[in-house]
Amino acid sequence: MTHAAGDARSEPRVVHDAEVGVTMHVEDGVAIIVYDQPGSPVNTLNTRVGPVFDRIFGTIESDPTITSAVLLSGKVDSWIAGADIDELANVATAAQGEALSRGGQRLLDKLAALAKPVVAAIHGAALGGGLEVALACPHRIATEHPKTILALPEVQLGLIPGAGGTQRLPRIVGLQVALDMILASKNIRAKKAYQMGLVHELVHPSILRTVAVQRARQLGRGEQPTLRVRKHGAAQFLLEDNALGRRLVFKQARETVLAKTKGNYPAPLAAIDAMQRGYTDGIRAGFDEEALRFGELTNSDVSKQLVYLFFATTALKRDSGLAHGVAATATPVRKLGILGAGFMGAGIATVAVQHGSLVRIRDASLDRISSGWRAVRDILRERLKRKQITRLQMDDMLAQLGGTTDYSGFANTDLVIEAVFEDLAVKHQVLRETETAAPNAIFASNTSTIPIRDIATASSRPDRVVGMHFFSPVHKMPLLEVIVTPETSADTTATVVQYGRTLGKTVIVVRDGPGFYVNRILAPYINESGKLLDQGAAIGAVDSALTQFGFPVGPITLLDEVGLDIAAKSGPIMAAAFGERMQRSITLTRVIESGRLGRKSKRGFYKYDDAGKRLGVDEDIYLLTPTLGARRQFDPEEIRQRAVLPMLNEAVRCLEEGIIRSARDGDIGAVFGIGFPPFRGGPFRYLDSLGAAVVVRQLDALNALHPGRFEAAALLRSMAASGTRFHPIAGSPA
Amino acid sequence: MPTFGNGRRVAIIAGVRTPFARSGTALKDYTAIELGRFAVAELVQRTNLDGASVDLLVFGTVVQSVIAPNIAREIALLPHFPKTLQAYTVGRACASANQAITDAADQIALGHADIAIAGGAESLTQVPILHSRGMSDVLVAASKAKSMSQRVATLARLRPKDFVPITPAIAEPSTGESMGQSADKMAKLNGISREAQDRYALGSHQKAAAGTADGRLTAEIVPVPLPPKFTQMLASDNGIRSDTSYEQLAALKPAFDRQYGSVTAGNASPLTDGGSAVLLMSEERAKALGYTPLAYIKSYAYAAVDPAEQLLQAPVLAAPIALSRAGLSLRDIDLVEMHEAFAAQVLSNIQGLASVEWARRAGFSVATGEIDPERLNVMGGSLSIGHPFGATGGRVLTTLCNELARRDQQFGMLTVCAAGGMGHAMIVERA
Repeated sequence: MTHAAGDARSEPRVVHDAEVGVTMHVEDGVAIIVYDQPGSPVNTLNTRVGPVFDRIFGTIESDPTITSAVLLSGKVDSWIAGADIDELANVATAAQGEALSRGGQRLLDKLAALAKPVVAAIHGAALGGGLEVALACPHRIATEHPKTILALPEVQLGLIPGAGGTQRLPRIVGLQVALDMILASKNIRAKKAYQMGLVHELVHPSILRTVAVQRARQLGRGEQPTLRVRKHGAAQFLLEDNALGRRLVFKQARETVLAKTKGNYPAPLAAIDAMQRGYTDGIRAGFDEEALRFGELTNSDVSKQLVYLFFATTALKRDSGLAHGVAATATPVRKLGILGAGFMGAGIATVAVQHGSLVRIRDASLDRISSGWRAVRDILRERLKRKQITRLQMDDMLAQLGGTTDYSGFANTDLVIEAVFEDLAVKHQVLRETETAAPNAIFASNTSTIPIRDIATASSRPDRVVGMHFFSPVHKMPLLEVIVTPETSADTTATVVQYGRTLGKTVIVVRDGPGFYVNRILAPYINESGKLLDQGAAIGAVDSALTQFGFPVGPITLLDEVGLDIAAKSGPIMAAAFGERMQRSITLTRVIESGRLGRKSKRGFYKYDDAGKRLGVDEDIYLLTPTLGARRQFDPEEIRQRAVLPMLNEAVRCLEEGIIRSARDGDIGAVFGIGFPPFRGGPFRYLDSLGAAVVVRQLDALNALHPGRFEAAALLRSMAASGTRFHPIAGSPA
Repeated sequence: MPTFGNGRRVAIIAGVRTPFARSGTALKDYTAIELGRFAVAELVQRTNLDGASVDLLVFGTVVQSVIAPNIAREIALLPHFPKTLQAYTVGRACASANQAITDAADQIALGHADIAIAGGAESLTQVPILHSRGMSDVLVAASKAKSMSQRVATLARLRPKDFVPITPAIAEPSTGESMGQSADKMAKLNGISREAQDRYALGSHQKAAAGTADGRLTAEIVPVPLPPKFTQMLASDNGIRSDTSYEQLAALKPAFDRQYGSVTAGNASPLTDGGSAVLLMSEERAKALGYTPLAYIKSYAYAAVDPAEQLLQAPVLAAPIALSRAGLSLRDIDLVEMHEAFAAQVLSNIQGLASVEWARRAGFSVATGEIDPERLNVMGGSLSIGHPFGATGGRVLTTLCNELARRDQQFGMLTVCAAGGMGHAMIVERA
């Protein structure tokens, strides 16, 4: 606690709480408060630090020698990262959650009501409760630094801001901007924060403390600095500054949220309610509503699942991907080789150059290299347009990408990822070529269908062969499936897991096998959806039953998006490996045979216009189904059971066979790889909430009607019998 | 007597260049910095080089950007290198890349560096256009004005002629003579006929076309994506006319002295955009890192003549000096790369090298020797490939070393003439 060191320590009004990491000392009338939570990389707000702040605020109020205060973080590049999520996860009742919120509200009310101005001196992330603290300070100074980010991300955890954020934010930045920030969990960079009036001043990090103390002293003397005042534009005047306009804004916000969440996520609606209450019935009522709803949400299933996913993802970031007790050395990947400049190759290249790797991409012709280069540029251009990167950054990223039609420049690659045609002979050829051209590189295959061990048979060093299954589009999909064979070395695994994380991906390590994990659990789900079409279900009915369930797109849309050629490749492999339950539907087989490729050919289950915009179901498809044109109604619940239960069942088989290492990895893989509804926590969390016994009963019933497709996994059956769960205690990570 | 007396040999590891494109065509949207970045980025990638090991980057350019005059430093800020890579820009007209290369080589020979990248880049499309003197005087005065009325009064001094911009001309500041006029004069002084020039130019195009078709020239090129749509990459030089004929060349009108001149657009090098880069290492570092050098720099020389006399004849003085420093004679040289500013200049240089009189001016008593046409510019030269001023030196050295290696021959010589009456020659040897 260096700030309280030396002679300052001897002064009576110094606070020095080593346990929670808060210190205060006074410099010439300005109280300098520094928060530096011990044993944590970031500062969080918890029930232990609350009372210390409370006492400090009391001291500031009562001590006549103190005229003003500055609140600083002792962390490097981080201010206050929000509430302690462990504490939130342990909330057992809505009343407890509400009390937590009211405690926070009271503390920040006290801060906001201090007669002596407090300056929030923000460098680094001010998130959630951290930003709420800042909002309660009458003056906010932020550093112009890429790490300085302000946000209220509570809805991502199924919660709402609970310490006055729903009330203070709209009154500072305006209603529409506040809605946007809270509902979309938007990260606001320092410059933007200044432009929108979220902070009053922007300074270089090196002078933050000095400027904040000067400003506090000046404010303490009662002088008002001349600062830019945020002006209300015409639209804001019409929509926000009167009750009628606001009602319209709230109505629109609710409609947008419902369209997006299909009613599966209560938090955004609760945030809107709390904000509206504050406008219609006054800010006190708004605070009450906020606390009440916060309490309900802390105890909601949705929030518990989202908090679980947060913990699971955090735990995965620290997971080496190796078995317990196995140590390995991860080598940094400085130069990445990519084979194949197609859609996947270019996607991987885009992510790699954005994370500082030199990339050498090889393909057979200059034309293919050229189109790959353009694909990378298009994605970066999009980021430039959104001001996520600067022109110079884009130029540098593009400069890191080099193309070749031979293997020149491969000799010093650390890792080579192949994204060539899905054909074993082709894979073998490029593997052999790579091992000659890149003597030190790990060879990773991005195949989605071919078992890695089959590819590795051509290798002279199978310990350095591994699977890296990226999902499409690579720059958007957060998951990376790393596939290890029995021969893959621990160093190889550690290296690619670490590199995957460098690329910003959530990495699960799975064992080799047809479809690995993600595509394997996807296959019976897609097949059963097809069989529903075989039996006369409407395409729209199947898709909407499953988007209602919470998938981002329905299974038939997914086929169109991924491409029917891809489905054509993987189908037979899965059927050969797993038999009846992976047999392709007649409809899908015939649609593939008809030559439709999905969106990429603008012909699939759906129709597309020339610009690629989707128009609607292509009714001609029904003529390819066994029932021909005749459609019949299916209960959406039947569609959901028939599509989703085989997916859950297959996930259990993967756990049983050791394809995945844990239920946690299975949940993460499904949520981040196929968009399994996050509010259900993943297949295993969902199984736990349904109960193994219920699921087995439903599977047995379906299996009686459709023999062979719904045979419950042995593990599931035994868990049903013993009444055990995949995740032992609700609410905690596996 | 070799140039480098202390025994540290400088190895040429590899060279890369962008395609050379006639100004205002395929590469017109790129600045010299961007063209240089393409060449250097690919050089690092292709040679499997660790960017952190580079000690120095030197680049040449002729028409400097007013906004970023040290293009070498801008290129050194590529993400391939640490930000600590020091870099500077040199100017020696058309021999600027050569100057960059010899500077870098000197630093290696001195032991100040072990790994250096040298090259050059030029955009003759994106040249700075200057305001007239009257306009700049008024603008500077207006920027110092203390009030609006003062500023308006100052600006009111502008006259119509002040609005005429100044475009940089390829003319000698000392004589006012343009490069083309100088070449025309050299043709007259040395008795170089129009036909000889056109036939030489034709040969240049034919040899460059052959070198492109069989991939020898394109091997040194990094394909560059083409704005604005980026649907294609340019992978070869776009000024080479494989289909041109003597008759077509002979039909062109003289471009400078329209009445008695013989220099035409067909037997002069075109204005060109492009960039080149060469990787140099000390011999021991190259060995330690496992590189097989293309060749070593044996010697080099620079010389100059009175620009009012024969502006582009100084290579004739530089060549015997470089040969003498290498302890070689022209007979020992297996391949010669001679920069082709004009066919008239190449033929004048060849004539000069064979003359005792020019040898005497360089301080030698016997003529340097006859150039064997079979060994000269075997894949064409600047007449056909193009001539981005600052970049040509890197191209010439790369082409020479690659072809020596392909032919498994030992000694090569390059010469470059430059504005201001200057000339350069370098001798390289394999292993």
